[in-house]
Amino acid sequence: MYARHNCILRKLRHTAVVPPAEPSPLEIHDLTVAYHKKPVLYGIDLHAPAGSLIGIIGPNGAGKSTLIKAVMGLLPAASGWVKIFGKSFQENCHRVGYVPQRESVDWDFPVSVMDVVLMGRYGRLRLAQRPTKSDKAIARECLEKVHMLPFANRQIGNLSGGQQQRVFLARALAQESDLYLMDEPFVGVDAATESAIITLLRELKDAGKTLLVVHHDLATARQYFDMLLLMNMRLVAFGPTQEVFTSEILQTTYGGRLTILSDVVQALDSQL
Amino acid sequence: MNRPALLVLCVAAALIPETASAARISEITETQFWDQAVRFFSFQDPALRFALSGSLLLGICCGLMGAFLVVRKLALMGDALSHAVLPGVALGFLWNMTKDPVAIFIGATLAGLLGAGTVRWLQNTTKHKEDAALGFVLASFFGVGICLFTMIQNLPGGKQSGLEQFMFGQASALGRDDVILLLIITIFIAGTVLIFFKEFLLTSFDAGFARSTGLRVQLFHYGLMLMLAFAIVASLQAVGVVLVSAMLVIPAAAAYLLTDRFGLMLVLAAAFGMISGGVGSFFSFVGRNLPTGPFMVLAAGLVFALALGFGPRHGIVSRWWRHRCRKSRIRRENTLKSIYHVLEANDFHSESISLHELAERRHETLEDARGQIRALRREGLATVYGDDVNLTPPGWQRACEIVRNHRLWELYLTNAADMPADHVHDDAEETEHLLGEETVRKLERRLNYARLDPHGKLIPGVEDIRRGRTTKPAPRATGYGGPR
Repeated sequence: MYARHNCILRKLRHTAVVPPAEPSPLEIHDLTVAYHKKPVLYGIDLHAPAGSLIGIIGPNGAGKSTLIKAVMGLLPAASGWVKIFGKSFQENCHRVGYVPQRESVDWDFPVSVMDVVLMGRYGRLRLAQRPTKSDKAIARECLEKVHMLPFANRQIGNLSGGQQQRVFLARALAQESDLYLMDEPFVGVDAATESAIITLLRELKDAGKTLLVVHHDLATARQYFDMLLLMNMRLVAFGPTQEVFTSEILQTTYGGRLTILSDVVQALDSQL
Repeated sequence: MNRPALLVLCVAAALIPETASAARISEITETQFWDQAVRFFSFQDPALRFALSGSLLLGICCGLMGAFLVVRKLALMGDALSHAVLPGVALGFLWNMTKDPVAIFIGATLAGLLGAGTVRWLQNTTKHKEDAALGFVLASFFGVGICLFTMIQNLPGGKQSGLEQFMFGQASALGRDDVILLLIITIFIAGTVLIFFKEFLLTSFDAGFARSTGLRVQLFHYGLMLMLAFAIVASLQAVGVVLVSAMLVIPAAAAYLLTDRFGLMLVLAAAFGMISGGVGSFFSFVGRNLPTGPFMVLAAGLVFALALGFGPRHGIVSRWWRHRCRKSRIRRENTLKSIYHVLEANDFHSESISLHELAERRHETLEDARGQIRALRREGLATVYGDDVNLTPPGWQRACEIVRNHRLWELYLTNAADMPADHVHDDAEETEHLLGEETVRKLERRLNYARLDPHGKLIPGVEDIRRGRTTKPAPRATGYGGPR
């Protein structure tokens, strides 16, 4: 209720004072998420600038995937709000591209590579409307971009891990979005795919898109992303890579300084 | 309850005691079988027409819904739901003590949805996973249903209720109303699946992504569950509570084995369902009102077995056949290679070798060698005059290619992978049969068109292969596109 009230207030302020510039691709205010009433994300605030390639890093269980799922409303927020280009996710979902974790689907499912990439176009089609010729042409283009066109008619289970990840990426490209949320796109891929993906992400960034990428590898994080979001159940730091990739902040993110917070969570959990 | 349905029921009720007395398998003679079969295919009997069309329709419904269950890994959901509807059937009957299709339909659907809801609720609120929740719902709802059934049997007029058909199915008990209901449901299900194919595909494959595109995933999930309940309830009378889940899963599972496109899988599953339904009702009719369900399931099982055995790509028989072909090809190629080695040992002085030399080279009996050569002759790779073996031009080419592949691969392993020369032979024995021309080109480029393998033997080049005659490879001949 409070959040809604706050949201209305904000809207009023916006219309009254600020001239109508393009709002931030992603704005998060005081987002708290709970799994089975057990909080996993606390009071996240974020204001992502347009045209940036942002890496989300943090230890296991820090809520990185939870954050991007909550942004899209795949997980209910206990409090706070999320705005995509100044509107709710539901209103602006066609401007968001999503790459889920590779393990989230059954790769034995009877669909071809082309079918999966075409799914990226579904969000732009009306209910019950079939993909058109131009949708198929776009899907082919996106497959070409990830060098997977020769595999278009293959069943998706007959691909290597890296190829499967490229298919997911091609599907997100087919969404032609302005904000991309990617959940661990570098997990389990070969070196060639990894460099192909990062090249593609940079190209998207240069085209003015905003990308949030969950990443698990600290060694490459600094080199891949121009902004980093370090988190461990709460937002530890967010800013340009050179500024936030410091041993002190990393220590805070990965080190044992949050034991009190997790103690409280456990206590809460045992009460439920 | 309307009048025509009542009439059909009365007729059915009048017929049942008569037929039931003759419904023992041992009494069916062969002539009866053929008489019944002729009656079946003449479609004279209105009751038969209802039974058959009902069975075909339910095959479509169950096949389509089953395809979704199989790809969503919900096969057991069909089982639980079909058992969960039983109390609803009983309550629908108790509504006005008749087998009113509409009342039973509504009761059963509600019970089914209650069952599905209970599964979901147990999953969400306890630490139980889906399997335990399904097991609980299946057994407890079924138990309640059996209790209610027994109660009805003991009520006045309950003996003639005909409810026991709901247990194992009786296609011949289908009346006009039942068939119309089935037709409506089939059209509804097929239409919905056709119209919302895109949405059902996406939500089944990747629910998270579907939600991220703004699709109401829950709506489609519940829609699917509702259609599943419809399909089950409509099929109950003909297949029976116990086996309807088999009609859901088996045709779809057979279709899943045969294709890797979801659209085609839906079509195949519906077709297999129809075949099973038709065959089941045929045997039930021929066998004079034997329960239909088991025969449908047997027919479906047969379809599944055929798909498992003879599926073009994943079938056991076709896989075995492919394996056999590959093995005999490898054997032929090894013989060719040995012939080449013998020729090479003779420094290519003669174009032919004797069977004896070949057998010695391969450390096998003369008989075995003769068998090998016979296989080569069948494929037009070699000719035999008495004991002399000559390679035909295609045979020479293939022999050169195999030897080339073997030696190139050995060279590649020693040069590029830094393996010692005495480690590479066994690996090359396998690889020589697998290398395609494209890979060979790459290897040659990579190895800078080298002519000698790690053991100092000459690698046959393109010129030697193209010459097509048994001759000594020219040491200076080069590979494709190499310096001349």
